Amino acid sequence: MGTRDCQHICAESSPAIGEAGKTGEWRDSFPVIDPEKCVVARQNKPACFLCWLYCPDAVITKTVPIQIDMEYCKGCGICAQICPAHAISMIREQ
Amino acid sequence: MQDYYEIRWHGRGGQGAITAAKILAQAAYLEGYQGVTAAPSFGAERRGAPISASTRIGRQTIMVVSQIENPNVVVVLDHTLLKYDEVTSGLIRGGWLIVNSWRHPKELDVPGDFNIATADATRVCSDLGLVVAGVTVVNTAILGSFVRATEAVSMSNIEKAIRGRFSDSQAGINLAAIAQTYEMTRLERRG
Amino acid sequence: MAEKGSTRILDGNNAAAQGAKLSRVQVIAAYPITPQSPVTEKLSEFVEKGELDAQYVAVESEHSALAVCTSASTVGARAFTASSSHGLAYMHEMLHWAAGARLPVFLACVNRAIGAPWNVLNDQQDSISQRDTGWIQIYARNNQEILDSIIQAYRIAESVYVPVMVCYDGFVLSHTEMPVNLPSQEDVDRFLPPYKPHTILDPANPRNYNLVTFANPRVNAEGVLCHGYMELRYLLQEALQNSRETIIKVGQEFGEAFGRTYSSTLWANRLDDANTVIVAMGSLVMEATVAADILREAGHKVGVLGLRVFRPFPKADVVKALEKSRLIVVFDKNISYGLEGATCSEIKSALYGSSVRAVIRNFIVGLGGRDVKARELVDAVNRSLLSAKEDDLTREYPEWICAI
Repeated sequence: MGTRDCQHICAESSPAIGEAGKTGEWRDSFPVIDPEKCVVARQNKPACFLCWLYCPDAVITKTVPIQIDMEYCKGCGICAQICPAHAISMIREQ
Repeated sequence: MQDYYEIRWHGRGGQGAITAAKILAQAAYLEGYQGVTAAPSFGAERRGAPISASTRIGRQTIMVVSQIENPNVVVVLDHTLLKYDEVTSGLIRGGWLIVNSWRHPKELDVPGDFNIATADATRVCSDLGLVVAGVTVVNTAILGSFVRATEAVSMSNIEKAIRGRFSDSQAGINLAAIAQTYEMTRLERRG
Repeated sequence: MAEKGSTRILDGNNAAAQGAKLSRVQVIAAYPITPQSPVTEKLSEFVEKGELDAQYVAVESEHSALAVCTSASTVGARAFTASSSHGLAYMHEMLHWAAGARLPVFLACVNRAIGAPWNVLNDQQDSISQRDTGWIQIYARNNQEILDSIIQAYRIAESVYVPVMVCYDGFVLSHTEMPVNLPSQEDVDRFLPPYKPHTILDPANPRNYNLVTFANPRVNAEGVLCHGYMELRYLLQEALQNSRETIIKVGQEFGEAFGRTYSSTLWANRLDDANTVIVAMGSLVMEATVAADILREAGHKVGVLGLRVFRPFPKADVVKALEKSRLIVVFDKNISYGLEGATCSEIKSALYGSSVRAVIRNFIVGLGGRDVKARELVDAVNRSLLSAKEDDLTREYPEWICAI
């Protein structure tokens, strides 16, 4: 069976989570949030969210508290760099 | 009236030689010629520089797309261009050289075995106020001389072509210029 | 069937603009360049006057012009662009993109030489240089064919989802007026149904188009095995291979609707008993028929084969048309440097393995607006007749008709 059954004549797909595979597997270090320092966690209300804004993979939620989807987080460390409260640390994968 | 004409127009950029070539093609089509083409000399437009244009008129579809080498008719909008050899180049024996000039054909001193027609279209147009951006526009008027000399198309089809292109007031003045130039055209047959 | 519609005296650029208008194009994006500029001027005038319900998108370059057209085509609009020479060269990347994305975009190529040195006049180097981009290429001999080919081009493109380029000679056609029959809008509307895109950007059903595609086929998020890059390339080739049938069918139906038939990929003139055949493309085909008439009067059995469709190259049609030929003289207004004229190469390639064993001569003519006169074509054929020998089927390089 060839690929004709997809019936496409140009490259196309539906936007879906995981189009490029589980990118979390690319990670060599992962972010850990310290709730003692995180502005959102400390105030227990929507605030700051700079990590959510800057995450290039959109794996950080805009919720209270913040959550990170580790299946797709590539471990780039931008969230740790941008966090004004220094609440995020990058820990090496074992 | 012949079955096939190749007409070459010589003027200066801005004098309307290309427009005249197109009006004649339109008139010839109305006259019943199935094949007509009108083309500028190919290249950049240059105001004041010597330029040429061409009209082909035939009973059948025109298949020739190359430049005219041996015209039956050469029309010169500005007699100062006669100093250039290419103006009369290739003009066939018995063809017509039609010049906008106040001079009589005999006084033009152009050698060759073709016929010559002249008319002072500049004076006609100047008197009628046919002036655009400071330039007296003789391109339509000289069609009067063309019809008089060649009888290739009728004045009524020239009129239709003019009316199809210009507004009523513009058409009126252009047609007056054509009619007057037709009347004053002097012919010298020597081919 | 008698011709309908009205006949007007139009230059080639005006004929192209009228063809676009009659095809009810919806998005126009073009950047002016000699000798194509009047096409853009006329179309913007139509839009401005409200005579054509289209978006005229002013762009800063030809690359952007075709980017606008591919985007418009993706979302379901009938798109039109036009260019020449350096402008077409600047579009090169987007030409590949439009074809690879299988978008039925239309491009009018007003054939002009390419620098250096600067030259605004006619030859066909510009479109020939784009022959490998996956576009269908159709060449017009006169202004009527420009208008007719544009209307047909949208039918063809929107049937096979391959972009179409109609090429016509700069100045020789673009700036030369001749009678052109304009069909009525109602008749064109009957002939050309609205465009049905295979793509559509719909917020309710979002799609990724032309995304990064790997070498091998891959199962997508829905579990369907999808093409790799090579399978998509194959499909484009297959679409062009199969488009000949559509081109002919559309041409025949055009004839039934408008009285002017385009039922072949080629123009044949006096080929029935011809043993010598002149091959040309574009307006040169007209001049070649004049040359053939002169050669016939001198007693030679000469015919003319005009290539109307250059891509897909109509190999089988060419072989059949050249069946009886003993001498083939190919005139090219282009040169594939280091080899020969492109159409000559294609003709030779088509004849490989066929029963046609003819002497082939190639002449490079008319580059950068050099006038090509019928008598020069006659001279070239006469020279070829003298040199034609069975043991000298082809020469390594073409001859040039110039003063060197």
